Amino acid sequence: MKARDILPLALLLGALALTPLFASNLLLNFLVSALIIALGAQGWNLLGGYGGQLSFGHAALFGTGAYATAILQTTFGVNAWVGFACGIALAALTGWMIGFLSFRARLRGSYFALVTLAFAEVLRILANAAGFTGGAAGLLIKLEPSFANFQFASRAGMLWVVLACILGVSLLTLWIDRGRFGAQLVAVRENEDAARALGVDVLATKLRAIALSGAITGAAGGLYAQNFLYLDANIAYGTWISVEVLIAAIVGGLGTVLGPVVGALALHGVGEVTKGLLGWMTGVDLMLFGVILIAAVAFVPAGLVGALRRLRMRRATP
Amino acid sequence: MSTSRLTITRRTALRAGALLPTLAMPGLLRAQPAAVKIGILQPLTGALAQDGDLGRLGATLAAEAINGAGGIQALGGAKVELVVADARSNPEAAVQEVEKLQAEGVVAIVGGFASPICLAASQAAARYDLPYIVDVGVSDQITARGLRNTFRFAPGFGMVTGTALENLVRLNDDAGKPCKTVVLVHEDGLFGSGLARLLQAELPKRGFEVLETIAHPTPARDMSNVALRIRSLRPDLVIPSSYYGEFVLLARTMRQQRIRPKGIYAVLNGAASNYRFVKEFPDAAEAVMDCNHWHDPRSEEAKALKAKVDADGRLWAYNVPLNYSCVKLVADAVGRAGAADRNKVIEALATSDFSGHILPYGPTKFVNGQNQGAAPVNTQVQGGDIKVIFPDAFADAKPVFPVQG
Amino acid sequence: MYSLAIIAEAVVNGLMTGAAYALVALGLTLVYGVLHIVNFAHGALLTCAMFAVLGMEQLLGIGPYAAILPLALLFYGLGYGLQRFVIGPSSHGEDRNTLLVTLGLSIILENALLAAFRSDTRSLGGEMGFDVVELGPMLLSRPRLVGCAVALLVAALLWLLLARTDTGRAIRAVAKERFGAQLSGIDPRHIFAVTFGIGCACLAVAACLLLPTFYVNPRVGNAFVLVAFTIVVLGGMGSVTGALLGGLIVGVVESLGGLLLGESLGQLGIFLIFILVLLFRPTGLFGARA
Repeated sequence: MKARDILPLALLLGALALTPLFASNLLLNFLVSALIIALGAQGWNLLGGYGGQLSFGHAALFGTGAYATAILQTTFGVNAWVGFACGIALAALTGWMIGFLSFRARLRGSYFALVTLAFAEVLRILANAAGFTGGAAGLLIKLEPSFANFQFASRAGMLWVVLACILGVSLLTLWIDRGRFGAQLVAVRENEDAARALGVDVLATKLRAIALSGAITGAAGGLYAQNFLYLDANIAYGTWISVEVLIAAIVGGLGTVLGPVVGALALHGVGEVTKGLLGWMTGVDLMLFGVILIAAVAFVPAGLVGALRRLRMRRATP
Repeated sequence: MSTSRLTITRRTALRAGALLPTLAMPGLLRAQPAAVKIGILQPLTGALAQDGDLGRLGATLAAEAINGAGGIQALGGAKVELVVADARSNPEAAVQEVEKLQAEGVVAIVGGFASPICLAASQAAARYDLPYIVDVGVSDQITARGLRNTFRFAPGFGMVTGTALENLVRLNDDAGKPCKTVVLVHEDGLFGSGLARLLQAELPKRGFEVLETIAHPTPARDMSNVALRIRSLRPDLVIPSSYYGEFVLLARTMRQQRIRPKGIYAVLNGAASNYRFVKEFPDAAEAVMDCNHWHDPRSEEAKALKAKVDADGRLWAYNVPLNYSCVKLVADAVGRAGAADRNKVIEALATSDFSGHILPYGPTKFVNGQNQGAAPVNTQVQGGDIKVIFPDAFADAKPVFPVQG
Repeated sequence: MYSLAIIAEAVVNGLMTGAAYALVALGLTLVYGVLHIVNFAHGALLTCAMFAVLGMEQLLGIGPYAAILPLALLFYGLGYGLQRFVIGPSSHGEDRNTLLVTLGLSIILENALLAAFRSDTRSLGGEMGFDVVELGPMLLSRPRLVGCAVALLVAALLWLLLARTDTGRAIRAVAKERFGAQLSGIDPRHIFAVTFGIGCACLAVAACLLLPTFYVNPRVGNAFVLVAFTIVVLGGMGSVTGALLGGLIVGVVESLGGLLLGESLGQLGIFLIFILVLLFRPTGLFGARA
């Protein structure tokens, strides 16, 4: 890893880590929400950006991480940190199973998108009907701020935990990006047959990607549960989470380390500003998300980070 | 998010879309004691927007009434100022709005409407010892958590269902026991299923035979099957617990299929006590009974309020009197506390015997945050209007039962 | 457990519901067959059409059946414009991008409707929804019978259009061999837009037939769209007859399943059919293409 790769990452995360010194609780709250989505988007990006498998159902992974973290604590009295770790593992397993079923059936493109959406919906209906998830009334984690409970009296604590997760995932992504696994993933994305001819085990590569992706997005779900201390089926497995991580990754830059983080922060920032200006108009921020998605696909396919990188390269080579 | 500060005297400015507190006229206000800020948290956008809007209406009318009567007397006539926040129909947004209301320095929060929103928002408010008054949310979990900041003025699920059963038995006995067989129709979420389980266990003990329990999802695309089963079972009584859209579909389909049971007895139904349903489908709605929240039809204040809302061309629903009463409850508690101090307000609420509300309740007494005087009433759609038929102390009409098919 | 009369009535109800599903699915499958894309905005467009029907009735006093022709034309134009000027240009010819653009469109449309009409549930008032036809012991809803008949008619017209007209031939040519068609003087961009327009026109017709017995709110399309996807997958993506048969099958399965197993399981069943068909027979029951 070169210094040039790490520098923007260190700068961005460092600056965010210092915000509690001056920012209000309101701003910190905003940052925590946006960064949890950013983490989820990083997970989506690993599969969708690097691996080229467009999932429309990452809520299945987010929700599993969230529910596992919450249920283990509330029903089984497991320590919150242990519950969080189990949530990550379960989400990875869920990802692997969805991948095993659909990749083995050779689903790609729209078919893969549809089947992931359906899996998330099935989980949503089940979670809404089942007893151990609290059903439609939802699940409440008891408010008891202490480090051992993974709850923090000040907003800064949660912000730093989320940032630590993002740092870890960014380094992991960077390592994958530069390594053998990353090369295999990109090969599969560009042309499966060619990759296979080169000796890449396509199925195994995709499965590793979706399991890792599940772990990361599941971690985002677990953090969500610890931050809001409340879950129901529509939050955990709702379509909107799937859509939000997808838009954040695409707007920020597919297949880049920092893209999802930049994308999530930009989207949430724009969303808050529009709500402030046009708050009387219901759903105006979501409408704008749709416009931004179309505009990104049409005009900035490389995303914000990609566009910045191109600008820099153009300046470097006149 | 549209956290807009709403000073009643400048209501028109807000309506025009002015979002930020205007800095105009500070001189006028300086002569008065500082206004008491109350946070109004309602789902103003999203799936529950209709209910959120009604809740805000009730709160706004209460603030108008309090300020019109000279503000909070114990604080030298301090005015009530509402800070409206949009919970966007989801608990996550509600929690974020609580943070905003906390930053605004409100003395208490009123509202929530849906149980998930109330659960999440009251817990978030508990971090700051901020009093939270639940307006509607009926989940029994809300008051079972031992949060000292959370109060519910209205009845919870257990109270409503208990009363619903009792009143059903009395209604049937008074009419000479015309109904023996029952079909339960319920949405398959926790609310509907919980209710159905309870009724299934309790109705046989009270001499009714439950022929069948039919669950349906929300949203449901089609109710023909449910109607078909009801038709083949020929029950005396149908007990539906569903949300608005599904109940309307069911009531219409039953009419279409010429299914005329001796009674439709709803519990906490989304449509049966809703003027919109009554106006749009008067035939399907006629004689439908419901056990639900409602205002006290004998209260002069309630009558005047309803007349005012009707005159403005707005819809009247139970959200209006509930929020109206909750805001008055908070203002009263601030007066009892003698200061806009949160801990004192919590204590004042816990020991309150507030009586200035417009609901058909007994004396106010909070135990673990639940008002023990709260009670639901039975309503029935009669001649295009919604009337209270039970209990007798509040009734403004006689029950039409059994319904002549 | 149930008498034969009830089961027969449930089957007939299922067929009538299935016909409405099929009409929604027809547009989806046609767009898939030609453009090879899954149109995620289909549900949101259906909601738009339902609001349009409501508007025609309440503002202009034009009933839902009289509105079929004008709304079909209007939505044809709307669909044509959307594909020609929005979806086509912004996807750069990549299927993956089209998927994302239609997703973006659905988000915009749904929230625009929410902003305009709030989340209230509305329905056409009046007595029309209560009309019944007595058929032996059965009481069949008249508007749904009409809906069923019109759906079959539309499917037949669509089949004729594809099989017998020049436009139909051009559509089939573009679906099979995009570049070959271009060489023989067909403008594929025009044909894409025409196809998308026809898909939207089908939605407008479906909306006119649904509204007399159904309600509308800004999210109502979602209730239909996954069913429509299931039907399209079941019938084989791109097949008109497949969509029609798939719709009827899903309608009957849902109706009988709901009667025998309970309504809630019925909905889960649709997703399971969907996943199983995708996993084990992605070409659908009637699809020929591998």
